[in-house]
Amino acid sequence: MSENKSLLELRKITKVFSKGTIDEVRALDKINLDVKAEDYIAIIGSNGAGKTTLLNIIAGVFPPENGGQIIVNDKEVSGLSEYRRARYVGRVYQDPHIGTAAKMSIEENMAMALLRGQPRGLRVASDKQRRELFHAALAPLGLGLENRLNALVGTLSGGQRQALALVMATLSKPAILLLDEHVATLDPRTAQIVLDLTEMLVKRERMTTIMVTHNMELALRHGNRLLMMHKGRIVVDMNQEQRSNLTIRDLVVAFERASGEEFVDDSVLLRPGNVVGISDL
Amino acid sequence: MLDVAGHILSFSFYEGLVFGFVAIGVYLTFRVLGFPDLTVDGSFALGGAVAAVLIVKDVNPFLATLAAFGAGLCAGLATSLLNTKLRIPALLAGILVMVALYSINLRIMGGANVGLLREVTIFTLTSQFLGLENRIAYQLVVAGVLAIVVFFILNWFLRTEIGLALRATGDNEQMVRGFGVNTDMTTILGVSISNGLVALGGAVVAQGQKFADVGMGIGMIVIGLAAVIIGEALFRPKGVAKLLLAVLGGTFIYRLVISVALRLGMAPGDLKLITAVLVIIALAVPYIQKKVQHEWLPPAARW
Repeated sequence: MSENKSLLELRKITKVFSKGTIDEVRALDKINLDVKAEDYIAIIGSNGAGKTTLLNIIAGVFPPENGGQIIVNDKEVSGLSEYRRARYVGRVYQDPHIGTAAKMSIEENMAMALLRGQPRGLRVASDKQRRELFHAALAPLGLGLENRLNALVGTLSGGQRQALALVMATLSKPAILLLDEHVATLDPRTAQIVLDLTEMLVKRERMTTIMVTHNMELALRHGNRLLMMHKGRIVVDMNQEQRSNLTIRDLVVAFERASGEEFVDDSVLLRPGNVVGISDL
Repeated sequence: MLDVAGHILSFSFYEGLVFGFVAIGVYLTFRVLGFPDLTVDGSFALGGAVAAVLIVKDVNPFLATLAAFGAGLCAGLATSLLNTKLRIPALLAGILVMVALYSINLRIMGGANVGLLREVTIFTLTSQFLGLENRIAYQLVVAGVLAIVVFFILNWFLRTEIGLALRATGDNEQMVRGFGVNTDMTTILGVSISNGLVALGGAVVAQGQKFADVGMGIGMIVIGLAAVIIGEALFRPKGVAKLLLAVLGGTFIYRLVISVALRLGMAPGDLKLITAVLVIIALAVPYIQKKVQHEWLPPAARW
């Protein structure tokens, strides 16, 4: 896949919070990243490494410091606000409540998602044709949501809402899918369902995907490229072959070598040799 | 006795319709957008003032009413711009515009009130056109037709692509932005429409009572809230159409209770105190119920 051309390019992305105060934090430090079309990248790193800040920069929640460039499909998007960037970027958050609207029906939520990044007009948002589309998109989940289009989303469980959020984020095929620890708050069984669904959607739609996770096992099992971040920098970047036989131990060693520090996130070492992260417990 | 009952009922029905515009406006901001907008008191009087002054200048009363709606849109625009572009909290933005409107309304009317006693209003025009002599009858016709028009337009609009984005803005702003909606725009649109409706109510009420007064909007926000809360509590509506009808129904019941209380000898001056107490009770009861049952309670919202 390396001969593919870049879909997303980040050039010298720096982000500083609380600038000029004693709390100043350099959340991202001159990040350069090339994401090829159909890449499925897993990003790991301890708390405060800058993973979520990186996703926020890509999604346009806030701009990078001067000089940083974000390029999608050869088009510079750094100056576009979040809502204007929505046509390029779909996102699923850790909290299922953020990705769906509770007081609206499943159908209305899907209708919102369908028009991602498109101008919205005075046409009634949902008609028979669109309902059939929603039905077809929801049926593969196997959750029965397609038969409950009129149910309010607030009545769904967290897992159902996250599955719906995932379908909504991918419904109108954004250029890039951002997954921000999207199974971290789900119980192990539901997390597995949502992960399987993620695999299916990413493969079927050939979606370029960036997944942030705390869970090393997830990062090893999913995707074709693995990044590790530390203190606002990318310290490890492995392709498919490089990470194919890795264990979590190897990852920790790689991390220590790359960052020059001892790995401090106990959560991944709670059960040495076993591949369980804190988010599974 | 039956006559009295019939009169009270039909009068409450009329008032339920005209104050229903206010209640629907309040519903749009408080419930749909989650934007506690207090501009209402000012924009209600603004609607009355604009319509009355234009009618005195011999403008067609229907055009004057439409102009009042437009003036209300502008009031809502001012409040929502303060909030979205200058980041002034919604409550404060509404209060600021409401206070400013007091002076503006005095300027528009050139005094504290404008009389419409012998002027041509939407009511007198309709009564001539239909040959209806009975005042309550033609008032009901005018208010009913206007309410039906507003109901159908809103019921359609809130289900369009833009309307859906507007409702979703109040539900989950972060999500809606993620799907490419400019939430500043939807907020501005919603708050403007809301105040347009409130001003429309003011214009109709002024023509019904044959005068506009700078103080006619005082307490209007509480009346609107009372109607919304009553409508939601009694009808527990689901879906856009039923919600709108429930708000109208809530307004009718509120006006009915007030009319009966006035008949029974309540001093008109006590009206606002009683309305406020009603709203306090309606808001407090669910909290006290939960407290008694030792349920978990979130801290009070500060908005």
